[in-house]
Amino acid sequence: MQYPGPIAAIEVIGLERRFKGAVKAVAGIDLEVAAGEVYGFLGPNGAGKTTTVRMLVTLLRPTGGQALVAGFDVATQPADVRRRIGVALQEAALDPLMTGSELIELQATLHGIAPRTVRARGAELIERVGLSQAAGRRVGTYSGGMRRRLDLAMALIHEPEVLFLDEPTTGLDPTSRLTLWEEVRRLRDEGTTVFLTTQYLEEADQLADRLGIIAAGRIVATGTPAALKAEVGRPHLDLVLAPGTDLRRAHEVVTRFGDHRPVADGCHLSIEIARGAGDIAPILRALDDADVAVAELELRQPTLDDVFLAKTGEHLEGSGNPHSEAAAELV
Amino acid sequence: MIAASVALARRALRNALRRPQFLAPLVLFPTLFLAVNVGGLERTTSLQGFPQVDGFLDFQLAAAITQSLLLGGVSAGIAAALDIEGGFFDRLVASPTPRLAIVLGRVLAASVIAAIQVVYFLVLGLVFGASIQGGALGVLSVLAIGIVAGTGFGALGMMIALRTRNASTVQGIFPLVFVILFISSAFFPRELLSAPADVLAAYNPLSYIAEGMRQPIAFDNAIGPVLEGLAAAAGVTVVAIGLSVLALRGRLREA
Repeated sequence: MQYPGPIAAIEVIGLERRFKGAVKAVAGIDLEVAAGEVYGFLGPNGAGKTTTVRMLVTLLRPTGGQALVAGFDVATQPADVRRRIGVALQEAALDPLMTGSELIELQATLHGIAPRTVRARGAELIERVGLSQAAGRRVGTYSGGMRRRLDLAMALIHEPEVLFLDEPTTGLDPTSRLTLWEEVRRLRDEGTTVFLTTQYLEEADQLADRLGIIAAGRIVATGTPAALKAEVGRPHLDLVLAPGTDLRRAHEVVTRFGDHRPVADGCHLSIEIARGAGDIAPILRALDDADVAVAELELRQPTLDDVFLAKTGEHLEGSGNPHSEAAAELV
Repeated sequence: MIAASVALARRALRNALRRPQFLAPLVLFPTLFLAVNVGGLERTTSLQGFPQVDGFLDFQLAAAITQSLLLGGVSAGIAAALDIEGGFFDRLVASPTPRLAIVLGRVLAASVIAAIQVVYFLVLGLVFGASIQGGALGVLSVLAIGIVAGTGFGALGMMIALRTRNASTVQGIFPLVFVILFISSAFFPRELLSAPADVLAAYNPLSYIAEGMRQPIAFDNAIGPVLEGLAAAAGVTVVAIGLSVLALRGRLREA
């Protein structure tokens, strides 16, 4: 049954997947993705991202809950779902013996695209993802980035309403990653709904209109990246004072601008500020007036890793330095 | 459904041609086996009870074709298992491709490869002195039985791939192919087999498939053995396609 009225592109209620041995890979998640939105699904390895995607694209049956994609139930109307979605799974499952053109034409045929339009549509997409020169080569000779782009082109062949990208940039070099990001942005501009899983903070931050953060099979936070970061605190200004500077004096000055916490090495101050960059100049002026010399300063925005840390007590795997998203290093 | 099946069959065929290391053994191995048998066992034809034939090659040609077709089934199974292991199968399942087309595509490709295998062995036989006693009609009979049997063996390979999901396991059935072939009358006349081999051969559809192809090659166009061969091949094919579809459904249900 198709649900009446304005519908979300994806609507998930209490979705659950239990594997043999009673392992719950997805433990009852709820989420809603609006049409035309890029929804980022962020979490560490093993959090349940891929299991969720596999259920939403009908490759895996849910063991509980309900999921509607493009208005159709993934469990009871899988064929209707498949006609409306594009899927690029975590491992770009491309036949290495086929050429790019052959693969894309096969995909078009499997989606029931009329034979007379298959070639033209294929060529258009091949060009769009920048593979025109390599289209006649076997996929086995492609680089990782080229495979991903071809995979994306194949997922778009039938102009899907909802596109699922499962960790589309994992293992790619920075240039290939940026190319794929550009394509995702273009798809959003064209009105395609994109459900994107990632374990990269920056990717989620850059691409997602809204985010769901998943850990141990449960969604621990949802919202826009900005709102999620705002939830865990304000920006911090980290100051490194020049050698020989009176720390107590510096402490007194910065206290006027917000909370502060001097650190153990005796020349490092970190202060939470309300207005971000707008607060920096007054603080520097006040320190200067008090003869406090500043050697370095850094404005540090809360990161999605801070959000993850706040919600789960752990850092996101592979996120490395939680301060890696420093917005500006001014000195 | 037809368009998807044909597209998948074309892909399977193209890949078979691009993977000569998979295709070559289908004919090379039975060719070597045929050469060794014909070269070393020619005097078998003088055994009491051995049917009157022009030469041992005429008699053994059907065995070589049957062996080759069985290897074709193993090869189809390995290709399907590689699709599963590499994730290409998931791509098919996540698309609106009719489920039956996933099986039929692979099976159709096996039919075409079977035709090539039959033609190869008939030409090889003629080059090395065999004669097709049934003439053009006989060739058509051999082709018909061979194509249907090859289709069935391809479906069996597909079924095993869907059940095991592992190319190495499918490859592991290779020795079993020989066991099943040796407990048939493919290599020796049923009358010369001793118990229990003769009883096993009587229930082995490979006996009828090989005998059905042997009749027009080595003897004449007697309709009985040809129809039995065709019926056995068709039976294997229907059962194998049914089992493949069930295996596919089972796999999708388990997901």
